[in-house]
Amino acid sequence: MAAAEALGAARYFTRWYKTSRGGRARTSACCSTPTGTGRDCAGAALSTQGHGFAPLRHGNCQSCCRICVITLAEAHPLLQPGKTITSINYQISPNCSRLQNKVSGKSKRGAQFLTELAPLCRIASSDGEEYTIYSCIRGRLIEVNENILSNPALLQEKPSTEGYIAVVLPKFEESKSVTQGLLTPEEYKEVLLKRQNSSSGS
Amino acid sequence: MSSLTEKDRPIVQLLLSAGTCPRCIFRFCRVGSQTLYRHPYKDLMKDLKQFLEGNQEEEDRACFDVADPPCKRFRHGHTEEGADDLNQNGVLSQIPLANDGNADVENSDVENSAVEVCNVCLGILQEFCEIDFVKKHAAWLLVKQEMGKLDLSLAKDDIVQLKEAYKWIIHPQLSEELGVPTDGKSLFEVSVVFAHPETDEECRFLATVCPDCFKPAKNKQSVFTRMAVIKALEKIKEEDFLKHFPCPPSSPKNLCVALEIQCNNGAVFVAGRYNKYSRNLPQTPWIIDGERKLESSVEELISEHLMAEFKADRRPFAIELVNPHRIHFTAEEMKGFQQTINNSSDKIQVRDLQLVTREAIGRMKEGEEEKTKTYSALIWTDKTIQKEHIAFLDDIKELKLDQKTPLRVLHRRPLALRCRIIHTMKSQYIDEHHFRLHLKTQAGTYIKEFVHGDFGRTKPNIGSLLNRTTDILELDVESVDIDWPPALEN
Repeated sequence: MAAAEALGAARYFTRWYKTSRGGRARTSACCSTPTGTGRDCAGAALSTQGHGFAPLRHGNCQSCCRICVITLAEAHPLLQPGKTITSINYQISPNCSRLQNKVSGKSKRGAQFLTELAPLCRIASSDGEEYTIYSCIRGRLIEVNENILSNPALLQEKPSTEGYIAVVLPKFEESKSVTQGLLTPEEYKEVLLKRQNSSSGS
Repeated sequence: MSSLTEKDRPIVQLLLSAGTCPRCIFRFCRVGSQTLYRHPYKDLMKDLKQFLEGNQEEEDRACFDVADPPCKRFRHGHTEEGADDLNQNGVLSQIPLANDGNADVENSDVENSAVEVCNVCLGILQEFCEIDFVKKHAAWLLVKQEMGKLDLSLAKDDIVQLKEAYKWIIHPQLSEELGVPTDGKSLFEVSVVFAHPETDEECRFLATVCPDCFKPAKNKQSVFTRMAVIKALEKIKEEDFLKHFPCPPSSPKNLCVALEIQCNNGAVFVAGRYNKYSRNLPQTPWIIDGERKLESSVEELISEHLMAEFKADRRPFAIELVNPHRIHFTAEEMKGFQQTINNSSDKIQVRDLQLVTREAIGRMKEGEEEKTKTYSALIWTDKTIQKEHIAFLDDIKELKLDQKTPLRVLHRRPLALRCRIIHTMKSQYIDEHHFRLHLKTQAGTYIKEFVHGDFGRTKPNIGSLLNRTTDILELDVESVDIDWPPALEN
């Protein structure tokens, strides 16, 4: 879960987490984190452990790029051992399929607009459970990951990169506030720890 | 097409009685002889009337005679009219007519110095072609001149544009006054801006009839842009138009007003090749929320001193210098600039500094798509590698990539799928987690995304080829394989 180090002139990662306060996600009691969100800025660096070469650092670079990538958080039930995904469905209602999302131009006209609670997809597992993945970010839906439709295992093998769910572009005015309701990796760890402690205590 | 014929008679008759000036009548009759337009106004009026009265034979011999040098005749005409009649705009004063606009011009209006304002050009092809006006200010016309006012079938494109006719008349006058040749395609532009407030209001009806043509845009002061009006006029049905706008147009009470004259020198382009010697130097200024993130940039270093500094291979660049006051430089002077740039900073170096044309810049931009580039990338892998794991990369030729717009630029570029080719690769093993890769690629390839895969949105990628998680630590451009700008002898 280590955040990637800054590499090159204009890019770094920041990961933010969204946990449900209960009730919203239809998951079992133990660990109900519907989605994790990775916020990418200027592309790249994948999971990094120490590199042999020290990459160049440029001090505090503020994020210049507002693109958000929605991925499953590490503690999501679907990412736990023993879960097999049987289907991924982007048709979230009779009238709305995320696959039909078409954007054009720089301003991404035509994009479906998402609120934090907008469902992105529904994923079913072999044990009969169904999980709804929510956007957690307000903004325009740029694309959903079609690779996981053909290869659902990708979602579990590389949830934070190639197994991403969707790409969302918040409104320019909201780009700073979009992370206000979200947790940093440290805060997320704390939430998880608390949950583990409370469930083991009871 | 150089003079009027019998078939033009009905048009001439119609327009003249509607209050249209002779030059506009010529335009509608597709008269293409520029010299005719330069004849003095009075003569043209006289000739037109003769044309209407006379028979065919006579009119062929009538004064559509291009033999006389227009300038001389023009001056002659001007002094006749007398300086006293000129008002502030350098135009003839108006004597208000007893009846409304559609006065019958055959009752010797021509003999007084008063001239009815043309209902089409609003005076631009009348008084504003007078030699005196050349010395005064002018204003842009805000409304389209030709509004479908004739029932006669006349293709709009056949009509001589008012702008063209104006230029035909004014160019020789400017030439004579300023002592320089005129060239329609010159880089030095003189803009004359006309306004006619009277007709401003008359066009508002277009907005009610064709509301979808007039969408307010952020940067524009008024929705009545030229394009919007043109679009609306194309859309509007004739009947609707005629309901709101008199046909033929009424004669305006006032001439249009000349607001200003603007002079603009065309941009010059300086090109060269640069090398960048610092990784902390971005190509363009990096500013977020008004705050600069990295000091300086290639663009600024070049612009400030016409210089750039740089490393390894030199990359072509071009700078547009807007509205320069001096445009001619010798090769020696350009070399001098190059030297000054190279002396002033050790972060960049330039060569082949030269003046180029706008077209050449277009070719450079094309080169961005068509040419190849060579890079050197330092790559990290999560799982260990041995030499044999990366050796196969050297054998891959013409690898086709499908690259979706990288996430790092997606906020400012459209989402698209690009097919690009990696022509060749050459790997250099460093250690279990690192190797260097030299690649020759089609211009426009996103190298970083080819290395790390950009969430699987660039396929294939080095990560997928090696079946590992990979990342790029360093990227250097080794060469840009385009032979532009031309190398100079240094």
